[in-house]
Parts: sequence; structure tokens; C-alpha cells
Amino acid sequence: MIEFRLPSLGADMEQGKLLEWKVAPGQKVARGDVVAVVDTSKAAVDVEIWEAGTIAELIAQPGETYPVGAVIALLLAPGEAPGAAARPARVRISPAARKRAGELGLSIDAIAGSGPEGAITLQDVEAVAARKAPAAAAGADKQAAMQRAETKRADMQRVVAAAMSRSKREIPHYYLAEAIALRRAGEWLERENAARPVTERLLMAVLFVKAVARACVRHPEMNGHFREGAFVPSVPVHVGVAISLRQGGLVAPAVLDAQAKSLGELMRDLSDLVKRARAGSLRSSEVSSPTITVTNLGDEGVEAVHGVIYPPQVALVGFGKTGERPWVEEGRLCALRAVTATLAADHRVSNGHRGALFLAEINRLLQAPEAL
Amino acid sequence: MSRISYREALRLGLREALAREPRAFLMGEDVGKYGGTYAVSKGMLEEFGPERVRDTPLSELGFTGIGIGAALGGMRPIVEIMTVNFGLLALDPIVNTAALYRHMSGGQFSVPLVIRTSSGAGRQLAAQHSHSFEAWFAHVPGIRVVAAGGIEDARGMLWPALLDPDPVIVFEYPALFNMEGECPDVVAVDIRSAKIRREGAQVSLITYGGSLPKTLEAAQALAQEGIDAEVLDLRVLRPLDEETLLASVRKTRRAVVIDESWRSGGLAAEVMARIMEGAFYDLDAPVARVCSEEVPVPYAKHLEDAALPQADKIVAAAKRLLRGTGG
Repeated sequence: MIEFRLPSLGADMEQGKLLEWKVAPGQKVARGDVVAVVDTSKAAVDVEIWEAGTIAELIAQPGETYPVGAVIALLLAPGEAPGAAARPARVRISPAARKRAGELGLSIDAIAGSGPEGAITLQDVEAVAARKAPAAAAGADKQAAMQRAETKRADMQRVVAAAMSRSKREIPHYYLAEAIALRRAGEWLERENAARPVTERLLMAVLFVKAVARACVRHPEMNGHFREGAFVPSVPVHVGVAISLRQGGLVAPAVLDAQAKSLGELMRDLSDLVKRARAGSLRSSEVSSPTITVTNLGDEGVEAVHGVIYPPQVALVGFGKTGERPWVEEGRLCALRAVTATLAADHRVSNGHRGALFLAEINRLLQAPEAL
Repeated sequence: MSRISYREALRLGLREALAREPRAFLMGEDVGKYGGTYAVSKGMLEEFGPERVRDTPLSELGFTGIGIGAALGGMRPIVEIMTVNFGLLALDPIVNTAALYRHMSGGQFSVPLVIRTSSGAGRQLAAQHSHSFEAWFAHVPGIRVVAAGGIEDARGMLWPALLDPDPVIVFEYPALFNMEGECPDVVAVDIRSAKIRREGAQVSLITYGGSLPKTLEAAQALAQEGIDAEVLDLRVLRPLDEETLLASVRKTRRAVVIDESWRSGGLAAEVMARIMEGAFYDLDAPVARVCSEEVPVPYAKHLEDAALPQADKIVAAAKRLLRGTGG
């Protein structure tokens, strides 16, 4: 019997609400299959499974919240006979917790245990009761819905707040900026797009993502995670793309293996990611895996962005407004399309010199867009 | 307030009792000329004379019986049994005579006898001199059993024991004899109640006697890991102060019982049973215990240490109750 536990879908995720199961008992699953949709307070995420097998039992109930690590389903390993190792029939719950759940009229089946051997403790019961209380107190449906939306916004804001506070508390940031001329990139993009069908046209943002991903391959100290006092570089470059949501809030899901994808593939991935992020259906591998983040605030008209690194990542590249600006070229002043690229990086892992080379590499790559 | 050793505290308590109560006298092996095996009665033969500090032959059965007779005759004998394993030789007079005389005489006679004895391991005295038999005596109705786990109790338990009209056994702990601490100049120990030695909110560490300092050390280590442990010194092993015990567990909802005696049928088992009877619906985890390994106490230092409850074992047991199997 394989225990499928609620995975962490981000560095600061402590619990998640099961929205729905995508599988049913008896169904065979393969590694990477989407089995459930979980609300992480930041987004509704499609949760993938990492073991192949047959679903034996769905333990978690849709609508309930579970701590990361809670067993939410049981699988039969390939070849395992059903009923070989059945789950204990009784829910493990401490006497004090059982008594309190009775007083509150809560069903103990829906409470995840955090105590010894997964037993439900008094604290678990009171946590569930505290979460239910505000919902129960709301009056009309509409009011309740508004309140839920408000709660969700507040939840997401809390998650972002925790991650950003941790970042500023733990990560010694340093910041660099470099103006990058985009004449060649702009001209190449125009020619390229003229030859492409409308639906497959590329945006400058895709060139930025690809340039960052390629630069990461040469500068591995920008790409990876800082965990337990040490930097763990990543070979694939999963570029987290900061996407602001219409209802407020921010997510930064990853374009996976960006270094290995063509611009066309990246463009498709990126539009798909934005669409799904706004619809609230991101996949767990996208939410949990970014190894570096790119934020593009050019549309808002800002010159440059000095970002906050999303832990446990170690670098964030920002792009400001892309537009014509005065530029000196071969001793003459001219108007040139350009962008200010910035780097916020973790001084525990890299330094200003390495950071400058990294930005210069991005610049170099953007001067040869046809090679991207 | 002055800083003294546990040994000095016992000596002061004994001297104060002999000085205060003219009917009291000390009797036992080597208590007089030798000054006591643990030097507790050193100098007392000179101070109080051979009538009141009496060396006895090597017969626990005999001199405990003499103590009972003296108590019945109006004296206030303090019988010293060198170590509790020799106390097994005196089980019959204690259990069959001292504990039962009030009952058997229809309330006409009481036995105001005090027995002082030492218990516990930790000093490489090997299997025959390292026993913890408190529970054997605490099993018997008709006697009061108390355990001195700290300096103040070492000094102050003897006097209220002497005032008790019925037999009292006072357990002392050689492992603590060199421990030093602050002691008030005037002590008044209540030998009817348990005592909270450290307030805490998340888990009750319940112990007595020689394990008390280790338990306090464990509580301190737990505090550094963010776990707020309460330490309850049972102090009176018979009759157990159930009220204080249950109040502590109801507050913290978790309990670890630390008892140097063997696990099977020990005092820890009794304490756990009381908690089940009285506080089951307040528990948030199964009650745990840390006892000695069920082997003869080894002589070799590292093996002896491994066989006994230690602070790290107490810490681990408490953490299991709070954090699940993941530790």
C-alpha cells in the first residue's frame, strides 16, 4: 500500500484545501497524472501523483483542509492485491479531541490528525472549528460568497506576506541594473512575426524568458534553491513567471525546462500558463518548482523593477518598460528601443561580479535573437 | 537561606528532630561509632549519647521489630535501614506488624515508627545495592511512603514523619547525596501533597526521588526546543496525591511518568492507571513512561547509565507525545 500525501506546492504552503478528486477508487494512475485539485490559498493547483498504481481509497474529503504531509489517498502498488493491508478501521483521535469534537458537533472523519501516529489532537479539532466559524457566521449566500472571496484574498496576501518577509529576513539581496538595447531583437521579432500565423506570434517577453534561461545555463549560481544552509543548483531551468491575478494577488508558476524549449513552445507555454493561472488551474509541478523568477512590469510603464527573491530561489530578473529612449551609439545620440534589466540575487550564493556577468550574458543573448 | 548538600540537609534534619523530640532515638547498622554508611549521622553519637544513637547487630528483621516495640511503648524511634535491598529482610515486621497494628487492635494501638532508608542506582554499587523498591512498600495500606527528591525535602521530611501517629518510610537517594542547593533555614515540608517543581503547559513530567533532577534537566532541554513541560514531584508515594496529579495532567493533557524502578508492576504503572481513571477524557496523547531497563542494574558505568532513566530518554518520550512519530 502506498500512502499519497498532500505535497507542498510552494515553499510557504502549510495546508491545502481539497477542491475535487480527479480520480476514483479502482482507477489506475501513472506517474505525473493529475489526481486532485487543491487550493493552496494562492491558486487552485492540479496535483500530480509521483507513483504509479491503482487508487485504493480516497481518504481526503473535498471541501476540507489538510496539512501538508497528510495522507490523502491510498494506492495499491503495481501487482499488490487489494485488501492486503487495509487502513485501520477506526480513526485515531485523542480522548480530549473526541470529546471536544462531540461538543462542537464536528465529524471527526473530516479532520486531519497531527498527533502521534497521525492521531487527531485537541488542537486539530479546534483549528477546524475556528476555520468553520467565520463561514457559519455569514448570513446570506451572496454575503458569504463575498466574504469567501475576501478571505481568499486575505489568505493569499498572507502567504505572499510570509514568503516575502522570509525573503527579506533571510536573503541578503544585492541589486544590479543594465540597460539593454533591443533594436536587433525588435527588428528580428517583426520579421519573425510577419512570417508566423497570428496565433503563433511571439512577444518580446518570450525572448526575455529564453535569454534568462540560457544565461542560467552558463551561470548556475543563479538557478536553483538555497536549502538548509547550502545552495543546490538545478540543471533544468524552470523559469517562474510572475503573473498578477485580476482579483488581486500574485503567483509565479514555472515554465518548465525553459532552456530547452524553442521560442514557439515557450510562447505557447506562457500564454497557457497565464490563462490557467487566472482560471486557477495550475499544476503542482509548475507551482512548486521554479528555480529562478522573471518579473515583467514593463506594461505598467515602470523603468525598472528591484524585486524580492522568492525563497528558496536565489535570483530574480526584472524587466521594465520596453520603449525608445536616448542612446549614444558610435558617438552619436539617437533614439533606440531599449529595456532596463535588473537582477536581485542572493549574496550567500553569488556576488556582484558574477551577477554583472550574468546580466551581460542576457544582454549578449538578446543581441542575437535569431540564435535564441 | 544557605547553600548545602543533600547529605548535609539530611544530617540537619536528623539533628533537629533528635534535639526537638526527647522521645526520638536513632537506631541502625553503623549509625553510631562509624557515623553512618553515608555519614549522615556523623558526630551524633557524641552529641546525643549512646542511649539515643544506637548501633545494632546486622539484623534488619530484629532491629525493625525492636523499633516497632519501642514505638508501641511510647518512644519515637527512627530506624535506619542502610539500603532498601536490606529492607527486604524487614518486610515482615513492616508489612505484617507496623502497617497492620492499628487495624488488628481495633484502633487501640498505633505504631509511630519512622524508617529511613536509601534507594536507587547511579553510583556503581552493582545489582544488589541499586534497587528501587519504593513501589513494594507503597503497595501496602497502613504506612505512609515519602521520597526526598530535593534538598529542602531531605531536611524537612523527617520531622512531619515523626509527628505522624502511624508508620512512615522516608526514602533517601545516595545518587543525590553530593548535590548542592539552596535550603531555607526553617523548613516546613508537607508530607501529604505532591509538589509542582516547574510550571508548564504542554506536558506533565511526573517523577519522584532520584529521577527528579534528571527530569528537571529534561524540562530545561525541552524548553530550549520550545516545549513547555511541567515537572511534578510526587513526593508522597503512598497515599498518592491524586488531586495534584490529575490537575496537572488535565492542564497539560499529556504525561510522561519517570520512575527508576522496573517498568512491570512499578509505581509508574499505578500513576498511569490513576490518570486513565481520572483524566482519560482530558488526554491528548497516550500516557508514556520512562523506567529502568528490565535487567539487574549493571556495575559498569556506561551500562548502568544506559539502564536507567536519563534526561535524553525523557526528552525523547515527551517529544513523541507532542510531535507524533516524525519526532
